[in-house]
Amino acid sequence: MRHYSALSILRNGLAGHRHWQRAWRAPEPKRSYDVIIVGGGGHGLATAFYLAENHGIRNVAVLEKGYVGGGNVGRNTTIVRSNYLLDGNTQFYEFSMKLWEGLTHALNFNVMFSQRGQIVTAHSADQLDSFSHRANVMRLNGIDADILSRDDVRHLVPYLDYSETARFPIHGAILQGRAGTARHDAVAWGYARAADGHGVDIIQNCEVTGFLHEGERIVGVETAKGLIAAGKVGLAVAGHTSVLGHKAGLELPIESHVLQAFVTEPLKPMVDQVVAYGADHFYVSQSDKGGLVFGGNLDGYNSYAQRGNLGVVREVAEAAIALMPCISRVRLLRHWGGVMDMTPDASPIICPTPVDGLYLNGGWCYGGFKATPASGWCFAHTIATGRPHPLNAAFSLDRFRTGRTLDEAGVGPFAWLQ
Amino acid sequence: MLRIDCPCCGPRDHDEFRYGGDASIIRPAHDDPDFEAWYRYVFVRRNPAGSHREHWQHVLGCRQWLIVERDTRTHSIASVALARKPAPRKSAQ
Repeated sequence: MRHYSALSILRNGLAGHRHWQRAWRAPEPKRSYDVIIVGGGGHGLATAFYLAENHGIRNVAVLEKGYVGGGNVGRNTTIVRSNYLLDGNTQFYEFSMKLWEGLTHALNFNVMFSQRGQIVTAHSADQLDSFSHRANVMRLNGIDADILSRDDVRHLVPYLDYSETARFPIHGAILQGRAGTARHDAVAWGYARAADGHGVDIIQNCEVTGFLHEGERIVGVETAKGLIAAGKVGLAVAGHTSVLGHKAGLELPIESHVLQAFVTEPLKPMVDQVVAYGADHFYVSQSDKGGLVFGGNLDGYNSYAQRGNLGVVREVAEAAIALMPCISRVRLLRHWGGVMDMTPDASPIICPTPVDGLYLNGGWCYGGFKATPASGWCFAHTIATGRPHPLNAAFSLDRFRTGRTLDEAGVGPFAWLQ
Repeated sequence: MLRIDCPCCGPRDHDEFRYGGDASIIRPAHDDPDFEAWYRYVFVRRNPAGSHREHWQHVLGCRQWLIVERDTRTHSIASVALARKPAPRKSAQ
């Protein structure tokens, strides 16, 4: 793998860009691997990269049923933050944030991580109190958090509704300055290229249709490209965890739901931070191309269709203009849906499973993108050692049986938790 | 767009309905001491990609609970029925 640098751009530019090496190979699958990761999204590719980078396990394949970056890693609103309240989540997402901060250099691929800050508006004195509580928890964990007054918010984001007639007047906000966005495709491509550079085989158009057993143990997978043996198999197929989990004999506390996201026509720079609405479910940032990228709530029924219904489009648009009346005439360019694994406590699952040889990474609900680096790091540790990393110890499958749920609903700084 | 053919009200937009989840889940008897049965009732879901029997309540209509058989990949609906059987009709006096 050739190193990307200013010099390589100059050299290839002078040669008319005809000699760029492809970013990763397109190998045919070998007959067996030490580890097979099912799912070539952000989490699966990150896992393969850290298996090689941190644990020296390089005889690894990532099997992707479609193409790299075609699933949820390309279907999110690209927000990265670490403002979680509950122990287990707080430390995990902050570790992820630290990996994000060095990711472009670690991968030698510009993931365009932009720490523009995230503001969540508070709409009552009580809500602002609860944000202060959260900010204190974050600071005690060494995470940056600031509480903003109404005037501070108005100074930073003057385009919100501060009028007398605002349905939910803004009392203040919580700000995490290190939060931001990243280019989601680049994350998938960067991990794919870096993993490939360590010798990992990335095999696209290779759907896993079943598992090979030896007694109770899983020893490989059946795929569209034939049988492939594996010492260990890791599932990183959030959205479709139940489908493959069922084939492997797992009973899972997961429902698949569709979450829609939206992008508007390009505007001049306006939304400088990530802004989330504390009175409803709406979060927005502005892409480098100028489109406002935003999302809202789930459609609310089991779905494997990567598209949603219009009722939610209306609800999200209503929330958007309640907070930002100035965008009421902006046209939507497109919207799309992604399929989410929803767990009962809205926290993820990264753990060994009761099935020997099978490891599980899933249940990401609507918060998986920001977790990509830490998820890969911890899942690689879990697969390599057979035991969870301290950072993902709380994300076990049996926490529902033992009552140790992490009931944070994944959404960020909201108050109903304690 | 999902449209549910309510047995009482006819075809209506699904926005009029509240989703009630997997209808194949049976609540254990109130005095059932089996931990596994309660665990499975509360948490475990089959979550199929395909035909799914599920509860919907027509909250903005007749308020009846329905059992809908819907394909989770295409949203096509195979059947809609009342969740509880109607009481047998009394013969005219």
